[in-house]
Amino acid sequence: MNPLLLLLAQDDIPKAPPYQPGSYFFPVQASSFAAEIDWLYYFIYWVCVVFFALIIGVMVYFVIKYRRRDGVDPEPSHSHNTTLEIAWSVIPSLLLILMFKWGAEGYFNQRIPYDDAEQIRVKAQQFSWLFEYEDGDFSNVLHLTRGKAYEFRMESKDVLHSFFVPAFRQKMDIVPGRYTTLWIKPTVAGEFRVYCAEYCGDNHSNMKTNCVVHETEAERKQATAWDWVGKGMSEQGRVENGQRLFVVRCSGCHSVSGKRMTGPNLDGKYGTQEQLEGAGPVLIDDNYIVESIKEPQKKIVASYGPPNQKMQSFLGELNDEQIDWIISYLKSLSPAASAAQ
Amino acid sequence: MATAEFRRKYFDYAPDHNYLTHSRGFWSWALTLDHKRIGVMYLVGVSAALFLAGVFALVLRSELFTPGKMFLTEAQYNQMFTLHGAIMVFAFIIPSVPAALGNFVLPMMLGAKDVAFPRLNLCSFYLWVFGTLFLLIAMLTSGLDTGWTFYTPYSIRTQTSVIFATGGAFILGFSSIFTGLNFLVTVNTMRPPGMGWFHMPLFLWALYSTSIIQILATPVLGITLLLVIAERTLHIGIFDPAYGGDPVLFQHFFWFYSHPAVYIMILPAMGVISELIAVHSRKEIFGYKFIAFSSVAIAFLGFLVWGHHMFTSGQSQVMTMIFSAITFTVAIPSAVKVFNWLATMYKGSVALTTPMCYGLSFIFLFGIGGLTGLFLGTLSTDIHLHDTYFVVAHFHFVMVGGTLTALLGGMFHWWPKMFGRMYNETWGRIGCFLVFSGFNLTFFPQFVMGSRGMPRRYARYDQEFQIFHQLSTIGAFVLGIGILIAYVTLIYAIFKGKRVAGNPWGGASLEWQSSSPPSFHNFDHKIAINDPYDFSSQGLDPELDTFVSRHFLEPSEQPVREKESV
Repeated sequence: MNPLLLLLAQDDIPKAPPYQPGSYFFPVQASSFAAEIDWLYYFIYWVCVVFFALIIGVMVYFVIKYRRRDGVDPEPSHSHNTTLEIAWSVIPSLLLILMFKWGAEGYFNQRIPYDDAEQIRVKAQQFSWLFEYEDGDFSNVLHLTRGKAYEFRMESKDVLHSFFVPAFRQKMDIVPGRYTTLWIKPTVAGEFRVYCAEYCGDNHSNMKTNCVVHETEAERKQATAWDWVGKGMSEQGRVENGQRLFVVRCSGCHSVSGKRMTGPNLDGKYGTQEQLEGAGPVLIDDNYIVESIKEPQKKIVASYGPPNQKMQSFLGELNDEQIDWIISYLKSLSPAASAAQ
Repeated sequence: MATAEFRRKYFDYAPDHNYLTHSRGFWSWALTLDHKRIGVMYLVGVSAALFLAGVFALVLRSELFTPGKMFLTEAQYNQMFTLHGAIMVFAFIIPSVPAALGNFVLPMMLGAKDVAFPRLNLCSFYLWVFGTLFLLIAMLTSGLDTGWTFYTPYSIRTQTSVIFATGGAFILGFSSIFTGLNFLVTVNTMRPPGMGWFHMPLFLWALYSTSIIQILATPVLGITLLLVIAERTLHIGIFDPAYGGDPVLFQHFFWFYSHPAVYIMILPAMGVISELIAVHSRKEIFGYKFIAFSSVAIAFLGFLVWGHHMFTSGQSQVMTMIFSAITFTVAIPSAVKVFNWLATMYKGSVALTTPMCYGLSFIFLFGIGGLTGLFLGTLSTDIHLHDTYFVVAHFHFVMVGGTLTALLGGMFHWWPKMFGRMYNETWGRIGCFLVFSGFNLTFFPQFVMGSRGMPRRYARYDQEFQIFHQLSTIGAFVLGIGILIAYVTLIYAIFKGKRVAGNPWGGASLEWQSSSPPSFHNFDHKIAINDPYDFSSQGLDPELDTFVSRHFLEPSEQPVREKESV
């Protein structure tokens, strides 16, 4: 079995890679524009520190110097000073103009892709990520090559999501009904966290995955390559196909480790009876699985009904052959079914 | 000019003849048209909302003590942060300073008997009650998990009580509009002869600017929330792409209100601070006109910057750039206010009373809140910081460090006026210190984890953020204890506090020219119009141990303009 697959199958969502610190306020600078953004952040930071120290310094000084003392009346002083007031309005404005200018320049760097960028389609849904590459491969962990430019064309199947990689200093909302784009050129090889940054429902905080930046394009391709057709010839291959599909498309909501997530855990369920929400028991067999993928609302397992977030139909997302592979995989997880065979 | 007997009659501690003792019984409160009683009822109401939403905050902070599950499921956590935000914003912060303190103080600062429309004022209060009840019904039925922002299409699809909650926010919006209208008319028509626009206390300028925003912006929220309800029930297809709508349109509508709403929250607080700093420094406010006009400028500019909540939303890049540019212009009037407050203390007589301690805390915390706004107004840094804990920390520094601090400071400042009793200064300062330090401990670490990439609204988080979350949780409890001590100190003072006469601080604005607590009609005597920041106009009356306008102390060479009170 593919070692990558083993790694992914161990848990419901990809484990967090170790945090790679950059400067105190930031993780490592892993994209082409990260350094520029950090620089501007620290510029604003020091401007703020200086102004804040001044304000608080003056405040503390005045509180001590002019503290109330018995028999000492306040001294008269000017109640306004137009020159002074205009000065302290105009001089900070000049700094603000600089911040705006550099911020806007950096922003256009973050938003306008290189011409030679490879396009990656990002499909977000509650609560998983799907990345599709130009060569036809797809994965739920993002695989990139260091030094190569990527344009992300992002779409959402259900509600708002937001693609956020702190190490890249890059973020963009994913809006249902329209495409949004951003681009990234990774500059450091390694593994980084990908978050959904726009609140999207119950399991929003588990809509996390990783981004692996490879040294070479060959490694990147190897990480996502998969011989679907060849494997589809044997039962063992179909189970592996099913597992890979399950990890990419289903594991955002369904675990195979017994853990309760948004949807029911599916290990050991094939061939058993499940209680339905508002109805009697049902046998988990091939037909029930097909129906649940295509029309998930029809027969909901007890305690997974409203108000929990409901599954959307995968009709048109997964073809019949792919559903068949997933059935094979789920069957392989069930001792009852294996024994029956 | 006036005898000692006159002063005893009109400026002393008045336990028997005041608005609290004027009539008795439940209905005398429930149906009162007295702005002071309505102010007190608002104060009780918003404080209850503060405590309820505060408990939610402590629950969700406790959950975040560990990265995994402590005691809440993800869905329960989402309900907690939503209810915390919705109740805090709609039922607490927006009405807090204007409706509670403003109601009590505004007519008195004008030397008037009441607001222009007392019945409308009572109506505002009941709308607040009904709106808040709707939020509670939402909470007690199937809850609410959309975030206080009700972003579509999630709010169209979730099966929680969105209709009750948006209905509640809609009703609360009307409460806010009516209060704004009332204040606007009152300030326009009921200023006493001799009080021009530039003789008003700055708190009134702040409330006036706030009222303009309340009247112009809140209807947009009302329409938007009705559209959300219509979308949920009738699928009209305006916000949900599944029916042909546009989710980004909702964000435009929502922030067109909710960004100006930030100034509904902070402008009155700034007005309170202008009073606190001047009175407790016994110093004329520096740059009166700059402060007054900066309130108006903030109110105006506040309408033009809503798009800065949407830099990553998919709105056009040109628009994003324009919104960033306008956002920076708001920084100027805000900074002007801070500089002017500092300059006010120059050569003053600064007493570290509890209200002043809150005033100084405000400068510190609002300073950080305002300055960190620069990171978010700057486009490229905002792309990284947007929707992280950096934003959470930023707006809590403004909303809590700003508005809550000002509310508490204002309560301590006007408490002797409201109830004729002085609070215990030691406990007042202890409360303030705990609020200040607890607040910083809660929200400072959130800046660091935010810029390191911790997204907001996460029930579960990655290990590397744990230490920051733990500091934050500890800080939240310290903050909670501080607020509790402040309230206990104030409530204890009502019953056991030292009795004080009309003007313990030596304030020169008109609300101090009454007995404490004020009589039912506020002023039963001819009032003397002073400059609100000329503290030398107040002299100590040794018999009453309180300040009295010099007009009432000794014959004056200067002609004093007088007004017949209503």
